[in-house]
Amino acid sequence: MMDRLLFGDNQFFGVNHMSEEKARSQLLRFQRIEAVIDMLDAAYDEGVRTFMCTTHDRIALVCDHVRSHPDRYADFTFYPGMPYAHKYANAVTEGGMLGAVRRFLPDEGVMDAAIRGGTSFAKRDIEGVTTLLVDAEMKMFAGLRAPVIFLQNLVVDLLLGLGFKDAFRIFAEHVMDRYGAEPGFITMNLPALLDVLEDLGIDNPIVCTNMNKIGFRMCGGVDAYEAALRDRRFRAVAMSVFASGAIQPREAIEWVCSQPNIESIVFGASSVANIRSTRELVSEYWTDVTQTARPLRSDDRLPV
Amino acid sequence: MIRVGVVGLGKMGLSHHAMLNAHPDVDVVGVCDSSGYILGILQKYTGVPTYPDFVAMLEAAELDAVFIATPSRSHAALVGTALERGVHVFCEKPLTLDVRDTERLSSLARDWGLVTQVGYHNRFVGAFREVKALLDAGAIGNVTRALAEAYGPVVLRPKGATWRSQRNEGGGCLYDYAAHVINLVNWYVGEPTGVGGTVLSRVFSREIDDEISSTLYFPGERTAQISVNWSDESCRKMTTRITIWGTTGRLYADRQECQAYLRDTARIPIGYEPGWNVRYTTDLTAPVWFYLRGEEYSAQIESFIQRVNEQRVDGVNDFTSAAATDRAIALMIADARTGASMLADGVTGAKPTRGRRVGGLAWLHRRRGRPDPAYSEG
Repeated sequence: MMDRLLFGDNQFFGVNHMSEEKARSQLLRFQRIEAVIDMLDAAYDEGVRTFMCTTHDRIALVCDHVRSHPDRYADFTFYPGMPYAHKYANAVTEGGMLGAVRRFLPDEGVMDAAIRGGTSFAKRDIEGVTTLLVDAEMKMFAGLRAPVIFLQNLVVDLLLGLGFKDAFRIFAEHVMDRYGAEPGFITMNLPALLDVLEDLGIDNPIVCTNMNKIGFRMCGGVDAYEAALRDRRFRAVAMSVFASGAIQPREAIEWVCSQPNIESIVFGASSVANIRSTRELVSEYWTDVTQTARPLRSDDRLPV
Repeated sequence: MIRVGVVGLGKMGLSHHAMLNAHPDVDVVGVCDSSGYILGILQKYTGVPTYPDFVAMLEAAELDAVFIATPSRSHAALVGTALERGVHVFCEKPLTLDVRDTERLSSLARDWGLVTQVGYHNRFVGAFREVKALLDAGAIGNVTRALAEAYGPVVLRPKGATWRSQRNEGGGCLYDYAAHVINLVNWYVGEPTGVGGTVLSRVFSREIDDEISSTLYFPGERTAQISVNWSDESCRKMTTRITIWGTTGRLYADRQECQAYLRDTARIPIGYEPGWNVRYTTDLTAPVWFYLRGEEYSAQIESFIQRVNEQRVDGVNDFTSAAATDRAIALMIADARTGASMLADGVTGAKPTRGRRVGGLAWLHRRRGRPDPAYSEG
């Protein structure tokens, strides 16, 4: 089981779907990595021990911190979501598609990378390149617990739109084989993605998607999402439950918690009070929200 | 089903391809690019028919419509070829680099009754549409001035490997970033009758402009200032802002929200009140059939496909409307060459008067051994 509450990272990187002003004030607030870590500590101490994060460069600093304080973070769990899209988007603008891929290929193990990457492109085989890029993004999580690895929505939905289905299989297999982790998929187009994952035989996939009462960025509509939750076999992680603040917290949580088969909610917060109030609100509707510390198993951390 | 082809599989082309492919009324029956790698990968993994040659695709794929997302330099020829074969055209902005081409293509499409659209997606952003609706409702009275800004982190170091860093390919911040806000100003205020004080300056690039400022003049003493910089790391991604002052209020919008300050004397639209009003993207955005990177990208495709279905030639961002933006850009390029209109040493300004063109700052730049910062049109 995933934890019922996951802590997200949008607030740390100035991602706010409602206001650029608010985004900037959050950037200012979390400019120093200590402020980010303080907020993660607060979440951890409130029992929210899974951090669902992008592979933004600054997350590497969080990783270093958690790695160097194993006692403090005995149960700290990362759910990496890759890639940090703007890193790639800006690189594509500057260097073109292939230039961007080259830039993010790992610089360590150059021979291995060059051989695998070189022949991959020559054979027009995306498989080797995809796995190299995943490995490059995962480097920062070495020695940490990362049992679920997500593919970000910009990539998922691009591949989904293009009909590039094999990429989902390649990603899923690599994440399972190399990291012993479960693959997760973030999407704005839930019904369409579930069809494709089912076709590929990816059974009971973890899918993170917007779930909010007003249907904000829920492509296919609220009814189709409700039907999917009711009838389809997948493990739902609800995001954007407050629709960036457009829905009052209680109303938002009441709606999302009343949907069937949602396993987890990912939420962001910029204050201890917000973390606490969200946890308390959710626990009014979900009785099993208070999380107990899991026994630490030595084998569920990634090798250093 | 509408049979569509996509030309140019860079960032915009691939994203158009993905959204079109997901559209229930569209068959993507061909994609075309100069990169064999990209075509090979797409063909192998998605099965879409691929063409290294545009004319070959037009001949073989029986297209109803084509999406052109190639470097700007190539737009004029590709659009012309498509229109001559009776194919409806969606083209990325700017339409062309030469106003004469733009006007020729615009009238060609009109003569043939073909549907056209240019990718000025901001006209499909909820907050920017709200500004238009408020202006049309007369909410801020007579518009006196606009400020149109765009900032983002595209060129942050002195190198660049794509066509966007090359002057001859139609690269540069003016075409890539500023075109968007000029187009919004065209929508809100109209087509400028004059341009002044244009500066196209470099921050990191060798050949092209990274930073732009300019004043656009409109009838009735109205003006719009353009302030654009794509070497601004403080913005996580492209950030577009519009501020408009009027006699009874002020409007501000970015992609996320629309703020309106309305005076007591304003004609208050339904749902608004005197003083501050804010509408957020969550209220202003209509759902789309497929979301990739913002509803506006899906919505502009939907609008084009609907118009093709209905054979409706006039519509948001048709070539005729986009031509106004190309004309404004041409004025700005010409204006930038003239430099400052008044110089501190008392020498007469450099503005071209009655057909006479004087060197101005361009001359100063040459004297200092630096190249003219303005574009060459050729």
